[in-house]
Amino acid sequence: MPDRFAGRLTALEMFGNYAYTGIWLLIGVGFVLVTFWFASLIRPQRPNPTKLENYECGEMPLSASYLQFNVKYYIFALIFVIFDVEVVFLFPWAVVYNSLGLFALIEMLVFLLILIFGLAYAWKKGALQWV
Amino acid sequence: MLELRPIFDAIGEFLNSILPEFWVTIVSAFGTGAIILGVASVFVLFFVWWERKVSAHMQQRYGPMRTGWHGWLQTIADGVKLLQKEDLIPRDADKLVYLFAPVVCFVAAFLAYVTIPFGEGLIVQDLNIGILYIIAITTFTVVSLLMAGWASHNKWSLLGGMRSAAQIISYEVPLSLSLIGVIMIAETLSMVSIVVQQEGWFWNWYVFRQPLGFIVYYIAATAEANRTPFDIPEAEQELVAGYNVEYSGMKWAMFFFAEYINMLTISAIAVTLFFGGWHAPAPFLDFIPSWIWFVGKCLLSVFVLMWFRWTYPRVRVDQLMAFAWKFMLPLAFVNIILTGFGIYLF
Amino acid sequence: MELGVFYILAAVIVVSGLLVVTLKNIFHSALMLILCLFGVAGIYILLHADFLAAVQVLLYVGGVTILMIFAIMVTHQLTGKKIKHYNEQPVPAGLIILSLLILLIVSITRTAFEVADKAEPMPTVAVIGRALMTDYVLPFEVVSVVLLVALIGAIVIARRD
Repeated sequence: MPDRFAGRLTALEMFGNYAYTGIWLLIGVGFVLVTFWFASLIRPQRPNPTKLENYECGEMPLSASYLQFNVKYYIFALIFVIFDVEVVFLFPWAVVYNSLGLFALIEMLVFLLILIFGLAYAWKKGALQWV
Repeated sequence: MLELRPIFDAIGEFLNSILPEFWVTIVSAFGTGAIILGVASVFVLFFVWWERKVSAHMQQRYGPMRTGWHGWLQTIADGVKLLQKEDLIPRDADKLVYLFAPVVCFVAAFLAYVTIPFGEGLIVQDLNIGILYIIAITTFTVVSLLMAGWASHNKWSLLGGMRSAAQIISYEVPLSLSLIGVIMIAETLSMVSIVVQQEGWFWNWYVFRQPLGFIVYYIAATAEANRTPFDIPEAEQELVAGYNVEYSGMKWAMFFFAEYINMLTISAIAVTLFFGGWHAPAPFLDFIPSWIWFVGKCLLSVFVLMWFRWTYPRVRVDQLMAFAWKFMLPLAFVNIILTGFGIYLF
Repeated sequence: MELGVFYILAAVIVVSGLLVVTLKNIFHSALMLILCLFGVAGIYILLHADFLAAVQVLLYVGGVTILMIFAIMVTHQLTGKKIKHYNEQPVPAGLIILSLLILLIVSITRTAFEVADKAEPMPTVAVIGRALMTDYVLPFEVVSVVLLVALIGAIVIARRD
């Protein structure tokens, strides 16, 4: 079993470009954590109960901070995900558009118009209304 | 003559001559990472001071004057101060998530620099999917703001974090769509190829072929970075600073570090995609090194962002969302359709 | 080298995936899900599918998990609670899981997996775009209809109040 996977992976080339992203991820995390660690060496640390209270404009906090949010947030997130998927389809189309000509234009117009219709529907139904 | 490329080429050749390929990748990844981190830090130190000076002069004040000539050491002094600040973690906070929120925020901003072309040949890695990579990796910012807002166990933080997230995702759609027009003309996602196609006189810059796209991009990017007039999430007067209320010391500083890095990223994307990247506006100005042109254009763009901040009042939260969905999004669609017809007809 | 990276990524995916279902705090589960999906993006990179990796991050990290966190936030009193990891019917559940496990083991061991040849490291975006505009035009247009249906459905369900 391991041979099968090993054979496939060693056949792959070095994923050179993205090795940088991976290593930079380590650098970034390391830099921030080292900064925090260094700060912890030189800063004072004298907590007391009042200091560790949550900030609520100087008053004693009244309840747990977990509010229930308006369902509006969720609707906007849903609409966002749908349009995000659409954007993902537009990227490869945009790259080849110029070499494909009229056919690609019509295809995309159909694609866009259907979604613009969706946007108009959401608008009409008041889903884009914040308050 | 002042181009930096030969220096890096020479270093690369030297590394290739003494190390096997694998270690060259590792060493150069760490090397470039350290260099970009240093450069970004210098820019951020400068931007903080610059923003204070710009805002002060726009309001007929002087701003910082006492630390060094015109207060140029002010940010460094602030940094040293922040380093020594007591780190207050609220008793009810979710400690681990609280610690990692600024880490994620910073890393998301930092990783975008893998594929930003600072000058001719001055790009760490010219990725195939260049611009898409930047859009994708910076979405982690939303996650970090939600983490910060949630982990602080504070009503203001949570409200600020949620509002930030809602705002950023709303403007993400017009932002991505506004770049489609440029990609249609350039037929590539690679940052270097996009710049190369804008060579020559300044009228080859894509801003002249994509004016609508640029306007949509710039407004959406301002909102993505939570800059005024779109700084609802931080609105000091109503949310007392939003997601970072409970943060102090270096953890607080990291959020602002990331914010100013993002400001540079936005400007770098605008310059790369719309303003010819490292190219001079006219061919005879080529004697000035490419990286100076790039940095100069970026600084100009950052200045415009600061100008926005001290000119426009903050919009209301319902206006903010309505503007994204009912104005920017249709405008971005119009831009794509116009570009489609334009390319087909000409 | 690739093998080492693959094992690191696989470990990240498996561990974070396990944490998604075992953590007591639903927000932590959501964060672990983000880590898990990010690891999958890394696997795509190993397979030279860079466009797919970016889409994975853009859609799943930036879209779907944010949607999930929003869903947690708009649900009444869910955020502070510890989630229960058991229910009243452990025996039927255990049986179903056991049979599913056997099914998976049998199908995995019996299938002769085709090992693909080395994927060419090349810009995949243009290839995908061309394929979408030629061979897969109909699915591509159907996608827009599916998205429209999803949008209308979401609005209808969410705004029933």
